[in-house]
Amino acid sequence: MTAVRQLARPVALVRRRPGTRSATSYAFISLYTALTVAFGILPALYALYLAFTDANGGFAGLANFTKVVEDFRFLPAAGHVASFLAIWLIALVLLVTVLAVVVHAVRLRWLSSSLRLIFYLPGALAGASSVLLWLFLLDPTASPVGGLLRLLGLASFIEVIVPAHLPPIFAIIAFWTGAGGWIVIMYGALNNISAEVIEAARIDGAGPMQIAWRIQLPMLRKWISYMGIMSLAAGTQLFVEPQLLSQASNAVVPNDYSLNQLAYQYAFQQNDFNGAAAISLLLLVIALALSAVFVWRGGLFETD
Amino acid sequence: MGGITRASIGAAGVLVTALALAACGGGSGGGTSTGSYGFPQVAQDDKAEITVWVDADRTGAAEAFKKAHPDVPVKVVSYDGSANGSNSFRTKMQLFDRAGSGWPDVVFSTQNNDAAWAAQKSGGKQAFAAVLSDGLVPKATLDGFTPGSLAPCTVEGKVYCLRNDLAQVVLWHNKTLLAKFGYSVPTTWEDYQALGERVAREHPGYIVGTVGDAWTPETFFWSSKCRANGITGPRSVTVQTGTPECKRAAAMLDTLIKNGTTPNISVFTPEFVKKYSGKVLVMPGPAWYAGAIFNNPQSLDVPKGQLGVAAPPAWQGDTAVTGNVGGGTWFISSHSKNLKAAATFAEFVTTADDYQVNLAPGYPAFAAAADKWVKKQESSGYYATDLQPVVKAGGEIWDGWGSGIFSQEAIWAKTMTPAIADGKSLVDLLPAWETAIKNQAKVDGYTVE
Repeated sequence: MTAVRQLARPVALVRRRPGTRSATSYAFISLYTALTVAFGILPALYALYLAFTDANGGFAGLANFTKVVEDFRFLPAAGHVASFLAIWLIALVLLVTVLAVVVHAVRLRWLSSSLRLIFYLPGALAGASSVLLWLFLLDPTASPVGGLLRLLGLASFIEVIVPAHLPPIFAIIAFWTGAGGWIVIMYGALNNISAEVIEAARIDGAGPMQIAWRIQLPMLRKWISYMGIMSLAAGTQLFVEPQLLSQASNAVVPNDYSLNQLAYQYAFQQNDFNGAAAISLLLLVIALALSAVFVWRGGLFETD
Repeated sequence: MGGITRASIGAAGVLVTALALAACGGGSGGGTSTGSYGFPQVAQDDKAEITVWVDADRTGAAEAFKKAHPDVPVKVVSYDGSANGSNSFRTKMQLFDRAGSGWPDVVFSTQNNDAAWAAQKSGGKQAFAAVLSDGLVPKATLDGFTPGSLAPCTVEGKVYCLRNDLAQVVLWHNKTLLAKFGYSVPTTWEDYQALGERVAREHPGYIVGTVGDAWTPETFFWSSKCRANGITGPRSVTVQTGTPECKRAAAMLDTLIKNGTTPNISVFTPEFVKKYSGKVLVMPGPAWYAGAIFNNPQSLDVPKGQLGVAAPPAWQGDTAVTGNVGGGTWFISSHSKNLKAAATFAEFVTTADDYQVNLAPGYPAFAAAADKWVKKQESSGYYATDLQPVVKAGGEIWDGWGSGIFSQEAIWAKTMTPAIADGKSLVDLLPAWETAIKNQAKVDGYTVE
């Protein structure tokens, strides 16, 4: 399902000004295009083919889709992903924007740059290894914050990972690993706002709060919706966090927790690649539909 | 003259090459023929290198084979043994099925339910596992395994794998502690429960078992003849968790979970070691608990001369049976180009003293090796009792619990373990467990009765 990510990315590229096409720009995008075709578009087309055929290659109509939707694991998995997304997306959009504005407002150069580095560091760890780190954090007997967990009445690993706790846990892990990169990007976007505009606002008597609310936020709108789309695409593909937690907990966290995991189960546990492809297409459709909301509300396609 | 000879040799060479290509080509059956062992096989080459997949613990087996058979070229590949629900054995073979090539010749799996899929055609492709009982492995060898130990390898009367080790559940206990507290080893589950209740009153903090691991159903419910996993055919299963056999085990565990003598903590967590080192009075568990947790410096590290083993308890008025927790299996690929060498390897690692007696950490499934293994363990002086109960339990594994494609352990882990952590009663959870098993069985194509 990296397809979603691959399809979402060109949206940002649309902002290129017309009339600057040249051999150089083609050369720059050629490698990207080749990789997108090889690892994004072709696999997506193969998934499309698989989703509408049966194991022997015959046309199957919607049979694969009805099969996966009627699977007793499908709705719970969809619910898990939805509650994870709700917590994570809201937290991401709010906190990243606020943190970026605050860091940008810090006048001390060394403090501002070290804060950015600190925010960014967790994201620099490769995805899986940063999740492994959390396995220790979540185990009250091994965790450096074990006292805090016990304070919450959680004495054992199994009590920490009961089903109701999982969406916030995954949201926290995803925020911790992913937010730093976005804060740095937002910071760059804030730098892009012309100093004259801010200066003019200040002369007109606007305080830092008013500048943030009336100048910076509206000018960040496109960036925020860009972040929303990218994160949505990544979030619907929730996989690494529950998969690792499932293995670490010897399957107490089920190995079919998220939709993507369910697709994986279909492909590699049940040897049903067609069912897996159907789930991945459903994910694609949902992610595209939700992305459309961000494009719309964020004015991503409006030209300045 | 010379020219003609060279030309004819050349022609013969081309012909041979063409034949060889025909034999190799067409992964979906072009070059295969119905072999002499009851399944379609590819052209055989006695000199071909065999590729062997083992987990970290079984590399010793492959090394021992290389030493004993230096003439057989073996390539050893290390993988995770399909352990902890990774299911990598099946995943990888399905990918090779799709690719039409790449299968290893021999595979070790830590699971004992792989025959359920490996013996079946998958997506129109030939079953991965070679039939062993139609001549590939001599009948005398198959007969040498502990009775019942090949049941997880047997599908519709044919044997598809060789068992590495048995994992029969026995009653481990700390003889020194029991004597100190004045308790005797329980022989029935009723005694066992009474012991747990006394321990809770008289020596709180000590435990008589655990329910935190995914093999709780195999340990307590299998040995209670609970029909939660009645595999009745390659694609049919009977699931009844509402029977008195299931309820008695659940009710017993409810009492013991509530009074704290069987905690909901996995024995493989630092938490368990920290809390219960020196506090395990009695513990029903598989044979491999001895090496994995009791006599392991990283785990409970019970000192020499304290650990005893007793026969699995019986329910009053019922014959004693026991459960089984894993026990690895060896498969031979039906796609192998050198079946002979593959069979030699699989026989060696499961039956030869070089590995099973001298090196193997677990109780050998091959009976002759098991006897020698037990003698060797007893002579170590570690155990406080003899090990005959382990041998006896090996033949008492209840046959009403099968080996299906789906993992009972995964189902228990995701539906029951969190619910126990929430404080729910096992007796109340039995219907939910039944539903979960049935749902999973249906997804895997089983007919549920």
